[in-house]
Amino acid sequence: MSECIELRYEVSSEDFTRAGEASSNVKKKLKQMGVSPAAITKVAIAMYEGEINMVIHADGGHIEVTISEEEIEIKLCDRGPGIQNVEKAMQAGYSTAPDNIRALGFGAGMGLPNMKKYTDEMTIDTEIGVGTTVTMKVKL
Amino acid sequence: MDKFFTAVQLDEDLCRGCINCIKRCPTQAIRVRNGRAVITKQFCIDCGECIRVCPHHAKKAVFDSLDILKQYEYTVALPAPTLYGQLNNLDDINIVLTALKSLGFDDVYEVSGAAELVSELSRQYVEEHKEQWPIVSTACPSIVRLIRVRFPNLIPHLLPIQAPVDLAAAIARRNAMEKTGLPSEKIGIIFISPCPAKVSAARDPLGIEKSNIDGVLAIKSVYPKLIGIMPKILDEIEELAISGRIGIGWGICGGEASGLLRENYLAADGIENVIRVLEDLEDEKFSNLEFIELNACSGGCVGGVLTVENPYVAKVKLKRLVKYMPVARTHLRKDEGYEKAKREIDPYWNEEVEYKPVFRLGENMRDNIHKMSRVEELCSIFPALDCGACGAPTCQALAEDIVRGVACEQDCMYVLRQRLHKLSDEISMLDRTETNGGMK
Repeated sequence: MSECIELRYEVSSEDFTRAGEASSNVKKKLKQMGVSPAAITKVAIAMYEGEINMVIHADGGHIEVTISEEEIEIKLCDRGPGIQNVEKAMQAGYSTAPDNIRALGFGAGMGLPNMKKYTDEMTIDTEIGVGTTVTMKVKL
Repeated sequence: MDKFFTAVQLDEDLCRGCINCIKRCPTQAIRVRNGRAVITKQFCIDCGECIRVCPHHAKKAVFDSLDILKQYEYTVALPAPTLYGQLNNLDDINIVLTALKSLGFDDVYEVSGAAELVSELSRQYVEEHKEQWPIVSTACPSIVRLIRVRFPNLIPHLLPIQAPVDLAAAIARRNAMEKTGLPSEKIGIIFISPCPAKVSAARDPLGIEKSNIDGVLAIKSVYPKLIGIMPKILDEIEELAISGRIGIGWGICGGEASGLLRENYLAADGIENVIRVLEDLEDEKFSNLEFIELNACSGGCVGGVLTVENPYVAKVKLKRLVKYMPVARTHLRKDEGYEKAKREIDPYWNEEVEYKPVFRLGENMRDNIHKMSRVEELCSIFPALDCGACGAPTCQALAEDIVRGVACEQDCMYVLRQRLHKLSDEISMLDRTETNGGMK
């Protein structure tokens, strides 16, 4: 098995000033690890979107990042309400964000579509009332 | 040329080994080793933060003295617009420019004059390169250096036009050669600079192969001489000024961006604020932005470490000075030399700025994974106090140093204390065993 490094980040809820901390930390590490600038952009953007989503919709959660020689895997795990309709959620512009979140400039309905756009693979495991796990992969 | 020359240097005799500079350096380029600060020049971007913060004045900028004029047959002074902001109640720039000639220069060429040309060119460039939006300004050399070591994704956004001072130097040299008939090497083009970053940029420029600047004087060392001369030359003032509000506005944060005559721009100053903007830009958090002006110093060039006046006061003085000036004077200058210079000199960058991954830990991905895992492991041992006692700015930085092979675990006071406790416990235990043994 190829070597890898696992990182774990807690994402606190309803704190926009801290949202993005995990993704910028990962970005710094990837630069130090000599990962290509293009792959770093993908990870940074997709992970930031995911982090914001966890704050907006799911009262936070945690993120597991696994970096191997072949790929970077980002697992966003929350204990939020779950996604009612995954297909709809994946449509650009569809959003269930409440007004107070939209007032902050978020909730444009581009979160999940952007995450998919910027990663090579994305899967969503969700259960109503239990939580959602989004797994994204960026190939190196 | 290694392109890692830094104008910020250390005076070892004055350094006391305190932790002020290591904590303030935005690229974590400084460590305290053996009681003295050490600057890793690959990491240094010449922002001058350490010069500002050092209580012992042990950080200094290297720049030339006026003696440099003796090395040339003909010299031209290039005053930065910031210079005017140092002076009280100035209402005619020609007084400063004439005083510079009295100081020993044969001619002067205002950097703000070239800045208006750069503004003109930038307007056209920004309009024609929408795919590159937002375009990031490159006039501040610290910003270009920061981007090339830390923000590789943003290199394609850089504005590939020479900084005003470089263009000014090229024009001044051309004009001087034509006027005097002297060969290039006998002409000295001397910049009067607000900051050390320009000293490095003149020596090891980025974006252009070779700078036309032969020497750099500090505003703070020219200033006292100027104020001595200015009152004495009021009867013989020459008409030398060539710039208007846009050109002089470059001395203040927002000046370059407003010279583009567009609305969708952002202008940030102060190195920490700049880094936040670059991080956000890297994460594509901005939409509809066309241009980003960035200045390492608070307030813009008026905040440079080689200036004497408070940057905010200098800003007010500049604003007052330009109040009744024409917007720009590029169209008013009809002299032959200027037109020729415009045709003959290529104002664009002629060299790629390359990403320098100086912060990379290992050789290849396998090595990087291994080393990053070790950094994580070390960080879990360290107390996360970021006390700086080890000489590194943070526990994380110490961990990285250890992995790079330039520090060791016991440099951490906390780890050292634990080991000493353990050792003393073991000794006392050994002592007890021996004493007990002796009683038998």
